[in-house]
Amino acid sequence: MAQSPITRAAQATPEPLARRIRGLSDRAIAWIFIAPSIFLLLAVNIFPLIWTIRLSFTDYRVNRPNRDIEWVGLQNYRRILTDSDIWQTMQATAHFLIWTIVLQVLIGFALAWLINSKFRSSNFWTTIIVLPMMLSPAVVGNFWTFLYQPQIGLFNHAIAFVTGADPASFSMIGDVALAPWAIVIADTWMWTPFVMLICLAGLRSIPESIYEAAECDRASKWRQFWTLTVPMVLPFLMLAVLFRGIENFKMFDLVVQLTGGGPGNTTELTSINLKREAFEKWRTGYASAYAVILFVTVFGLASIYVKALNRVKDR
Amino acid sequence: MTAFIRNLLRLRRGPWEMVASVLIALGVVMLMQPFVKILFTWSFLVTLTGTVMFLIVSHFRE
Repeated sequence: MAQSPITRAAQATPEPLARRIRGLSDRAIAWIFIAPSIFLLLAVNIFPLIWTIRLSFTDYRVNRPNRDIEWVGLQNYRRILTDSDIWQTMQATAHFLIWTIVLQVLIGFALAWLINSKFRSSNFWTTIIVLPMMLSPAVVGNFWTFLYQPQIGLFNHAIAFVTGADPASFSMIGDVALAPWAIVIADTWMWTPFVMLICLAGLRSIPESIYEAAECDRASKWRQFWTLTVPMVLPFLMLAVLFRGIENFKMFDLVVQLTGGGPGNTTELTSINLKREAFEKWRTGYASAYAVILFVTVFGLASIYVKALNRVKDR
Repeated sequence: MTAFIRNLLRLRRGPWEMVASVLIALGVVMLMQPFVKILFTWSFLVTLTGTVMFLIVSHFRE
């Protein structure tokens, strides 16, 4: 009878080594299995983090590797936190973050609600709705640049059709007041399907019997929505908000492609500003301090958010 | 309110996590608000205090 590869490997293992392996405890074997992952995690995540924190207290410039590195203490942090341009960048990020999340949650939940009602060809429409999410952000950025063209852009013509204004009279990505909304619209178009899919998973996880029981108790559709649907979908919705919040705090590619941070610095989000400091001005120490500030902010927010999520799930 | 303060003094996790969460949220609002620059300047310190406090107090007893 043919032997299995495991048996052959066991027979081929030299006797002293085999004896040593047999003597290992379950805990030691578990450690052997997870050690490569832990090592990789330390090398890829923890070490760069510690190194960035260290660099944030220096005036290191990566384009001048032979220059002596000077320890500047908290000077980088002090300069960042008194810089008006960075303050403006934070406000642009807050505008982008709040509006994208609000719109994506509202539209995503509404779409999920519609798809969940299982009308004819709902699967086909799900596929169509999910398509933008599968595109590359660079492609979406380019695509929306054409849509926003004042002369030939479909978006401008659609707005002109509704309002009666001249389509060439406004430029979504060239106007200081409209550009922040241009990036919000493009991101909402791209990522609403993601929120919709998560909400759909939540809606489909609610057993039909609960609604039947509510019907027996003569609960109205409105009452069923607020006392059954919303509380049961809430953990899923919160997860979607967490994912989108963290992603949008780091938003870079779509906005660079669409507006490049302009006009002026009205759509310059923190990640774009950080990239400029690090790889255009080559102020590595300063950019590291900036990155540490953003990291602490996202980490703190994620901590309280995960706590709230666990509380909702326990309910 | 009295129970909240009593649990704070007893180093219980719940109220301390609440204090840390409030500090983090306050720090983020201070960082992104468009009104007073001095709040922006001090925001990181508040967020950092809240985050470090959160990491520590989440190991307290319930």
